[in-house]
Amino acid sequence: MADSAINATQDERQARVWPQELNALLGLISIALVFEALAWIVRDRTFLGNPQILRIMILQVAVVGIIAVGVTQVIITGGIDLSSGSIVGATAIIATSFAQMSTRNGQDFTDAVFWEQGWVDLPLIIPLAVGLAMGLIAGLINGALIAYTKIPPFIATLGMMVSARGVANWWTKGEAVSNPTETFTMLGAGFTPVLIFAGVAILFQLILTYTLYGKHTYAIGSNPDAARMSGINVEKHLVLVYAIAGMLAALAGLVAASRQLTAQAGMGVMYELDAIAMAVIGGVSLVGGRGSIIGTFLGMLIFGTIISGFTFLQVDAYYQEMIKGAIIVAAVVADVWRQKRRAMRG
Amino acid sequence: MANAILKTEGLTKHYGGVHALQNADFELQAGEHVAIVGDNGAGKSTFVRQITGVEQRTSGKIWFDGQEVNFAGPLDAREAGMECVFQNLALADDLDVPSNLFLGREIIKFNLGPFSILDRKAMRKATEEGLKRTGVKIPKLDNAIRHMSGGQRQCVAIARSASFASKLIIMDEPTAALGVQETAQVENIIKSLKSQGIPLILISHNLRQVFDLVDRIVVFRRGHLVANLNKTETDGNDIVSYITGVKSQNKNAAYI
Ligand SMILES: Nc1ncnc2c1ncn2[C@@H]1O[C@H](COP(=O)(O)OP(=O)(O)OP(=O)(O)O)[C@@H](O)[C@H]1O
Ligand SMILES: [Mg+2]
Repeated sequence: MADSAINATQDERQARVWPQELNALLGLISIALVFEALAWIVRDRTFLGNPQILRIMILQVAVVGIIAVGVTQVIITGGIDLSSGSIVGATAIIATSFAQMSTRNGQDFTDAVFWEQGWVDLPLIIPLAVGLAMGLIAGLINGALIAYTKIPPFIATLGMMVSARGVANWWTKGEAVSNPTETFTMLGAGFTPVLIFAGVAILFQLILTYTLYGKHTYAIGSNPDAARMSGINVEKHLVLVYAIAGMLAALAGLVAASRQLTAQAGMGVMYELDAIAMAVIGGVSLVGGRGSIIGTFLGMLIFGTIISGFTFLQVDAYYQEMIKGAIIVAAVVADVWRQKRRAMRG
Repeated sequence: MANAILKTEGLTKHYGGVHALQNADFELQAGEHVAIVGDNGAGKSTFVRQITGVEQRTSGKIWFDGQEVNFAGPLDAREAGMECVFQNLALADDLDVPSNLFLGREIIKFNLGPFSILDRKAMRKATEEGLKRTGVKIPKLDNAIRHMSGGQRQCVAIARSASFASKLIIMDEPTAALGVQETAQVENIIKSLKSQGIPLILISHNLRQVFDLVDRIVVFRRGHLVANLNKTETDGNDIVSYITGVKSQNKNAAYI
């Protein structure tokens, strides 16, 4: 009798459990419909019905989406990674300098970074390995700083953000690196970036759901003390999570460099904020413990729809920047507001 | 003595100048349920923290299951078969019930190091069985713990220790924040532990509950163990006079 009374109130409480991903999906649908309506009003033509626009949109967000897959995991642990954009820049310029061709238009390409060493026309595996190793090192440094010196993730990754950008600028003293091999350009050709994003996103959604790594990532973000008390090596796990995020940022850098055919030290500026925004819009909570790659994927689509929607409506690029900033703040405010409501419900 | 599952001798803990625990001699027999009572700040939780290795004691000796032990941390204690439900719950709010029950000791299907595949079905099944054994009813195991009431969360924490403890369970104020019905549910679990012969140390401020559940009552006052009383040889007024310092069995701590 007493038990059933408790259970009755529990059932009511539990009926209200509503996955955050559904909110993101509803948000995506309504935002898309609003832009469709505005498109008809302002330009008298369809926005969603235009496959070319959707294609460009998904290509635009896919590179940052790769970063967002790593950033999502970092945020689930209760951390943050501000260094991804700079890792993109550093990886792009360094990896591309291992991917240059020996000739251009039939003449020797003596501008190649490693022309004197003869490191030209290298197979794809070399720039790929160099790039991923860069990301791995940056991520390991981030993770070790956060786990073992206990400095806030915000500060540790801010340091990496500045340093990695420094490395990118120093590498060629600001010169662009161009003339990549054909195999290297395949990484970013056509729809490949989207396929790479999809592969990475599906892989980590599965890992987060079905493996020890995933379980412990959520546990640490939810209650680090409980995780530690349960025997999880929290420090080691955090290093692993930041290392993965670093490698995914490097992968994004490789794809971006390949897609643009030229790497510059300034690539990836602000990508970290776009990636964080995608995650938070998709319901990944900045307090940790909650969120999923599926959510981030939906956040990425919302983000892309808004940006290309404004472009379609021919809103000035300056306004777009301002609106983007507002979206990021709004997503964080919504997250804080959700936490408050949750705390009040008890 | 031969059957003592836990024994402490001269257990002492100082936090700087604060003498939170002084020379506690304590013994728990196999199958026995003992309550520790005392005012706020009497040193009850401190006592438990030294036994479970959450903190390192200033001095004193501890024997567990016939052997002298020096647990480096709560994990050591847990591996030795001692489970503790701490005053502040050690649960991960965003995980579901099976994940919390198996946190840190997950059942693995394929071993791939940190990326080992979890055997979610096996953990779910074992959770259902564990909850059944302890009489806990939770309608939806797959919901995050945060969507549950304080009582249900407490039941999960207790079920967690009850499912794994082979030798001793310690509960620090398990019903402090609970309503009447939820308290009754936790008390049922404790009774089922008694019938299974699992020894228990229960810290509680609720004397009604203490007299209901345990065999023996130990009173702490200002860091001293001041009384060790058989339930049948005492009553509420007697206990209160030990708690408040009117009476004491401990010469070193008389009338402090
Ligand atoms: N980490 C610490 N540092 C300093 N003093 C401490 C610490 N932990 C506990 N104390 C002190 O030790 C004394 C005993 O505390 P303890 O938590 O054991 O009390 P308690 O009997 O469990 O009380 P309650 O019934 O309120 O839980 C208190 O005076 C407390 O202030
Ligand atoms: Mg206490």
